[in-house]
Amino acid sequence: MPSPQSLFEKVWAAHAVKKLANGQTQLLIGTHLIHEVTSPQAFGMLRDLGLKVLMPHRTFATVDHIIPTNELVEPYKDSLAQAMMDEVRKNCAEFGITFFDRATGKQGIVHIVGPEQGITQPGTTIACGDSHTSTHGAFGAIAFGIGTSQVRDVLATQTMALGQLKVRRIEVNGKLPPGVYAKDVILHIIRQLGVNGGTGFAYEYAGSTFDGFTMEERMTVCNMSIEGGARVGYVNPDETTFTYLKGRPYSPTGAAWDAAVARWKSFASDPGCRYDDVVKINAADVAPSVTWGINPGQGITINENVPSPDTATSADDKAGIIEALAYMKLPAGKPIKGTKINVAFLGSCTNGRLSDFREVAKYIKGRKVAPGVRAIAVPGSQIVALQCEKEGIDKVLTAAGFEWRAAGCSMCLAMNPDKLIGEELCASSSNRNFKGRQGSTTGRTVLMSPVMVAAAAVTGTVADAREVFAVN
Amino acid sequence: MALAKIISVAGRAVNVPGNDIDTDRIIPARFMKCVTFDGLGEFLFFDVRKDTTTGKDTNHPLNDPRFKGATVLLSGANFGCGSSREHAPQAIQKYGFKAVIAESYAEIFFGNSTTLGMPCVTAVREDIAKIAAAVEKNSAIEVVIDLVKLEARFAGQSVKIAQRESARDALVNGRWDAIGELLDGVPAVKETAKKLPYLAA
Ligand code: SF4
Repeated sequence: MPSPQSLFEKVWAAHAVKKLANGQTQLLIGTHLIHEVTSPQAFGMLRDLGLKVLMPHRTFATVDHIIPTNELVEPYKDSLAQAMMDEVRKNCAEFGITFFDRATGKQGIVHIVGPEQGITQPGTTIACGDSHTSTHGAFGAIAFGIGTSQVRDVLATQTMALGQLKVRRIEVNGKLPPGVYAKDVILHIIRQLGVNGGTGFAYEYAGSTFDGFTMEERMTVCNMSIEGGARVGYVNPDETTFTYLKGRPYSPTGAAWDAAVARWKSFASDPGCRYDDVVKINAADVAPSVTWGINPGQGITINENVPSPDTATSADDKAGIIEALAYMKLPAGKPIKGTKINVAFLGSCTNGRLSDFREVAKYIKGRKVAPGVRAIAVPGSQIVALQCEKEGIDKVLTAAGFEWRAAGCSMCLAMNPDKLIGEELCASSSNRNFKGRQGSTTGRTVLMSPVMVAAAAVTGTVADAREVFAVN
Repeated sequence: MALAKIISVAGRAVNVPGNDIDTDRIIPARFMKCVTFDGLGEFLFFDVRKDTTTGKDTNHPLNDPRFKGATVLLSGANFGCGSSREHAPQAIQKYGFKAVIAESYAEIFFGNSTTLGMPCVTAVREDIAKIAAAVEKNSAIEVVIDLVKLEARFAGQSVKIAQRESARDALVNGRWDAIGELLDGVPAVKETAKKLPYLAA
């Protein structure tokens, strides 16, 4: 009997090509996803070196970061954005790469498109020039965010040089209380383990809470692994995974489907395999969470007070609190609940999926966005948008006072016209609250679950969705 | 591809203190609207170097004329966290830096920097503070990062530095950009791919 192995070890072993001189591994990357912001330079490097794309049939492109969500006709007003669009089109055509352009009806945020199309599959390796590639781990894939030189490496050789990671199993058990979501679970984990607690690790999420999660919930958690410093995060594939994948455009069919499922199952971590670390969390201890600071680890539950430098646990913690509060302009030691918001943003690769909008629609129906609050809802893909429109979710949101936009990253990083202005404070379902992240150098971001964003939108303040919407 | 063997880096240093300095801070997203990395250097730390209302220079260390031309960047823990954008190490390198000394790095940033031949070494906080103090006292001093002896020398002192062995090996042996070796492996890649049904064309 071979000794029991984790999914990470199995996938790694199946894709390891050879050891490199410096001790790293040349790892085969089965699926390469690209987008407009981090790929043009890589294609430039490829041309400079006179190289071709080794496996164009395993390379898939979309546009998400820069694409405007309120302007559908090209050329876009922003000529730089247009130039980037033209570039990705040109590169895909020249190298024979499948491109989910807007005209295909399949465009969207790269981490939403891959799963939606069935391209993201268990037991595979995935790379993309975007740190939230960890999202795809929800399917039991090992998915790496990479830099542009590595995008070049994967284009040219379908591999990259990588050192093996340690594996930390994060087990969450039990049922989440009402009004508590996958987003709260990952904010809880990052708060507990720190923003660099995952450095050098792959996170394996497990336990009965994850077993009961939908694929979309698993994706929300895996998505933010990187915010905890972990390069990859994954959930072992199970029936939920297979049911999700069945019938998707790139999923195997017929006899190949059965063979694939058998193979996928074989990648799941073996019982009794060794982990470098194990962390256990009780689902009952997770509560609706919001960030108060300038990194995703600076979070509290909605009924806690904003930390004060006096209660800091270390000199570093103290400096961090002082810097964050100065930027966020939040009073130390006071409740965060009741803080006035200016903008509500629903969307991103963390929480821009169908289930997110369905959940919001369920609660916001018949309610109104508070006067003076700018509220935008940005579906993560054209397919999400279409489904929402079929279900009338867009109407519910617009009736409440949200703007309903076209698919893209939008105000998650504000490379398109969707930006905060001045010191606006944004209740956001995205994943990063870094200084200036949402497009204004003094703009402020409070991360939370989509339903909490809805509660913030209707009250005009950071609020407890359980109270606002009488969730119990 | 013959690459330079990066055995040591020497130059003047500047301290940009703080922990968790993220890639959005290093290079704000709006400067990534470009199809090449050229010209990124001038936008390094842009939003903390310029006052947002007046547009004037702030008191950021990079604006201090004493540190003009510094090639070694000093910082705190978890440097380069956040996005995978290679624009961040590219901006640092294009600004003129040749190496970074910090307490620790985010994983992707570290890998990106190594691939660009820009060593990111670690040192303990007290030692970084010693270098920073020496530089503050006399900005003209040279800091030598020795990747063989794994020490940083400055103003007659020396402190221990560390670097992940795979990165150190790649730098000192001139194989920090893996593309050559990866290309050599392509026949083996094709063999491995044959064993993975999902890769069939
Ligand atoms: S939605 Fe935000 S985090 Fe996700 S890929 Fe787009 S910019 Fe990155």
